[in-house]
Amino acid sequence: MKRVWALAVAVLGLLAACSAPVDAPAEDDTFVIGLSSEFDTLNPVLGHAPDGGSPLFDGLVSRAADLSLRPALAREVPEVDGTTVTFRLREGVTFHDGTPLTSEDVAFTYNAVLDPANNSTIRGDYAAIEKVEAPDPQTVVFHLKHPYAPILQRATLGIVPKRLLEGQRLDAAAFNTRPVGTGPYRFVSWTPGDKIVLEANESYWGGAPEIKRLVLAFVPDDNARATRMAAGELDATVLPPKAAARFENQSGLHVHKVPSADYRGVMFPMKQPVTGDAAIRKALNLAIDRAAMVNTILAGAGEPAFGPIAPGTPWHNPAVTGSASPDREQAVRILEEAGWKPGPDGIRVKDGTPARFTLMYPAGDSLRKELALAVASDARRIGIDVRLAGLDWDAIEPRMAKDALIMGYGSPYDPDYVNYELFHSSYAGQGFFNPGHFSDPRVDELLEHGRATADEKERKHVYDEFQQRVHDQAPWAYLVYLKHVYVIRGEWTGIEPAVEAHEHATGGLFRNIHQWKRAA
Amino acid sequence: MSLSGALARLVAWRLAFVVPLLLVVTAAMFGLAKASPFDPVRQYLGERALVTSPEIREQIRANWGLDRPLAEQYLTWLGNLLTGDLGESRSFHRPVAEVIGERLGWTMLVTGAAIVLMLAAGLVLGTIAAYRQGSWADRLITGVAYASEAAPVFWIGLIAIWIFSVTLGWLPAGGLTDAGSATVTVGEVARHMILPVAVLAFSQSSWLVLFVRESVIGALREDFVIGARARGLRERTVLAGHALRSALLPFLTLLGARIPELVTGAILVESVFSWPGVAGTAVRAALAVDFPLLAALTLLATVAVVLGNLVADAAYVIADPRTRVLGVS
Repeated sequence: MKRVWALAVAVLGLLAACSAPVDAPAEDDTFVIGLSSEFDTLNPVLGHAPDGGSPLFDGLVSRAADLSLRPALAREVPEVDGTTVTFRLREGVTFHDGTPLTSEDVAFTYNAVLDPANNSTIRGDYAAIEKVEAPDPQTVVFHLKHPYAPILQRATLGIVPKRLLEGQRLDAAAFNTRPVGTGPYRFVSWTPGDKIVLEANESYWGGAPEIKRLVLAFVPDDNARATRMAAGELDATVLPPKAAARFENQSGLHVHKVPSADYRGVMFPMKQPVTGDAAIRKALNLAIDRAAMVNTILAGAGEPAFGPIAPGTPWHNPAVTGSASPDREQAVRILEEAGWKPGPDGIRVKDGTPARFTLMYPAGDSLRKELALAVASDARRIGIDVRLAGLDWDAIEPRMAKDALIMGYGSPYDPDYVNYELFHSSYAGQGFFNPGHFSDPRVDELLEHGRATADEKERKHVYDEFQQRVHDQAPWAYLVYLKHVYVIRGEWTGIEPAVEAHEHATGGLFRNIHQWKRAA
Repeated sequence: MSLSGALARLVAWRLAFVVPLLLVVTAAMFGLAKASPFDPVRQYLGERALVTSPEIREQIRANWGLDRPLAEQYLTWLGNLLTGDLGESRSFHRPVAEVIGERLGWTMLVTGAAIVLMLAAGLVLGTIAAYRQGSWADRLITGVAYASEAAPVFWIGLIAIWIFSVTLGWLPAGGLTDAGSATVTVGEVARHMILPVAVLAFSQSSWLVLFVRESVIGALREDFVIGARARGLRERTVLAGHALRSALLPFLTLLGARIPELVTGAILVESVFSWPGVAGTAVRAALAVDFPLLAALTLLATVAVVLGNLVADAAYVIADPRTRVLGVS
C-alpha cells in the first residue's frame, strides 16, 4: 500500500511543479468582468468582434452611443461614392509591439477575411468587397463588386498587423490567442477556460484608459456568475433578467437594462396552406399577448416587437407599431371574414383545412421554448391549433419551408444587414436566409435600392416603406425585443448604453470601458 | 514468478490489447460522427450560421475535407496521429495538442487530489463506521453517504459555494486564481482548489465509504480476525492489519472501474467552479462537433480508463502476489 500512496503524492507534486507559478503583486485598479462565454479566438480575421467592441483592436471607424460612425484608425469617415471607398489613416498609430500601423495592415486584414482558405466565419458579411488595396502607407482603397451603402458599417472590423500573420495558417496561428492590436488595452495573458488579463495601453491614440488592468473572467454558468458577483469576485457581469433581479436596489451595485435590436419572432412558411394565408398570420399577430411575454418570460427586460428594425435606432419606422396587449375581437373578425369558421373541436376550418400548423423552436433555448408555448396558447384562444416541436438546429433546417419557427435576429447598425437576405426573393430557401420563401417584387426593389443608395434621406424613405410592407403582409409575427442586463459595481461616469446587436461579441455595455472614469 | 516479472507481463499484455482497442474506438467514433445529424460547419459558425450563405458553408466543408469518403478521412487522421499531429481544433482555432496540453494538468490536479482525499476519508470513515457499527457516528456517516449518493454533484457544488463563499466568505467561489491576478501562483491555486476538490471527493466517496464499511464488517466476523483478537493483538492492529487489509483487495478493482465516473463528476465540478480543465473542454468539443478535438479527447479518455484499470490490477498484484489477473499466469 505504501508504494501506491508514495506514487500518488509524487504525481501530485510533479503536477504542481509543472504549472510554473510566478508571484505577482495584487493590483488595486483592476476591473473584473464576468463573461458568459469564452472567446473562440481573439483574431478579428476569424470573427472576433467584427462590429467593434474589442478592447484590443481598433477598426477604421467606431460607433458612438447613438450608433453614428466616427473616425478611429481612419482620419475621417469617408464619403461612399459608387464602388470605391477611400480611407486615409490616422498618423502615428502603433501596434502594441511598437510597430507602426500602415495601410498594408488594413488591406491584409480585409483580404484575409475574404480569402476562402481561411474559413473565416464572417466572410459572408464582406461579400460586397472585391478587394482592398494600399496604394500608399496612409491610404486604403476598398473596391466593391456593386454599390453597397453599408460598407462604412463594415469598417469597424479590428485591424491586425500583417507582419505577424502573413504566410501563416490562420486556423492554428499563435496570434489567435496572443493578439497584438492597436486598441486601448494590450494583451497580457490568457488562462484557457479561466480568464484573459489585459493592461491599459498607455500610449493609446485615444488617450490612456483609467482602468489600468482589465480581467475578462469566463463563467459560463448563469448561477455561478450571479454567485461570484454577489461574493464580490466580479466587478461587472452580464446576466439573464431573472438572475439579475437580486441585485436591484443593492447599494454600490447598478443594474443596467440595455435595449437591443435582438428580436424573437415567429417565421411563417409562406408556401403552406395555413400559414400561407395572410388572414391567419395577421390574426395571430393581433392575438399575441406581447405584454405578458415581456413581463413574465423576460422578467420585464424587453419590449414588444412589431417589425424587423428596432425602436431606438435611426432606421426604425414609428408608424410600424401595434398594441402590446392582444386584440382578440379584431383577430377573430379577420379570420371569420377570410372564411375560417369554428369546427366541432373549436379549431377553425376553411374548405376542409383545419387551422393547424407546427411551430419549431431550438430545444436547448429555454427562452424560445417559453415564447413558443405562449404563442401556442394565445393562438388557441382564437381557434388556431399550434403544435410545438423542440428540435436541434440541424433537424430544424430542412423543415423550415414547411413549418413555422421561433427565430432570433436583429442588428441595429444598418437596415440592409440581415434584412436583405431574410426578405429578398432571390435568397428564398437558401439555408437560414429567407427560409419561409417570402417573395414580394416591391420589397425586392426596395432592398436593392436601399443598399445601392448612399443618400441617407432616400434610404430612410426606402426602409420606412420596406417596414410597412413587411408589417402589412406579416411574413413574421414579431414578438419581443430583448434587453441585455448588466450588473456593475461602483460609481462610474462614461457608461453609454447603446442599442445592442443580436450577437453578444460586440462588447455590449463594456465596448467603451476605456473611457469609463471613477465617479468622485 | 517474481513480482516484477508478473507486473511486466501485465503491462505488456495490456499495451498489446490497447492498440486494437483504440483503433476500434476511433473508427467507431468516425462512423458515429458521420451518421449523426449534426453539421460541424453549422456548429463552427454558431450564431453566424444564420447569416452565412450556403456557398460559404460548402467552401469550409471542402477546406476541412468533410466532402471526402469516410475511410479516407479516417486514414488521413490516423496517419497524422502517427506523426504526432492531432490537427487543429475548430472551436478554439488552435492546435489540438496545445488545447489539451494547457488544460489536462488542471483536471489531473483536481481529480488526483480528489482521489487521494476520497481514498483517505473513505477508508477512515468507512472503518470507523464499521468498527462502531450501530453507534451515532455510524448512523451519521452512512446517513450522509446515502444522502450524497442521491444528490447531484452540481447541486452540492452550488450549496458549498453558497456556504463557504457567499455566506462565510472563507473561500473563492470559482476560477483558477483570484480574478484580479494575472499570474498563476501555488498559494492561490491551492486556495481555489479546496472547494472543487472537496466537492468532487465528497460526491464520489459515498459508495466508497459504504463499501469499506460493509467489507470491514464482513472481515471482522472472519475467523482470522476473531483469532487475531483472541491472541490478544491490539485493536488497531487487528483493524488496520487484518480486517481492513483483506477488505481492500476487491476495492482496488472497484476503484479502477470507477474512474470514468470521476471524469463525469469532474465535468460538472469544472463547470460549477469555472475550473479551466479538460473535462469542460470535452463538453464544448462535443457540442461544437469539433471533430479533431473530440477525437483526441476520446482517445485520451480511452487511455485513461485502460490505465486506471491497469493501475488497479497492478496494485492488486502488489497487494496480493497470489492474485491472477489478465496477463499474469
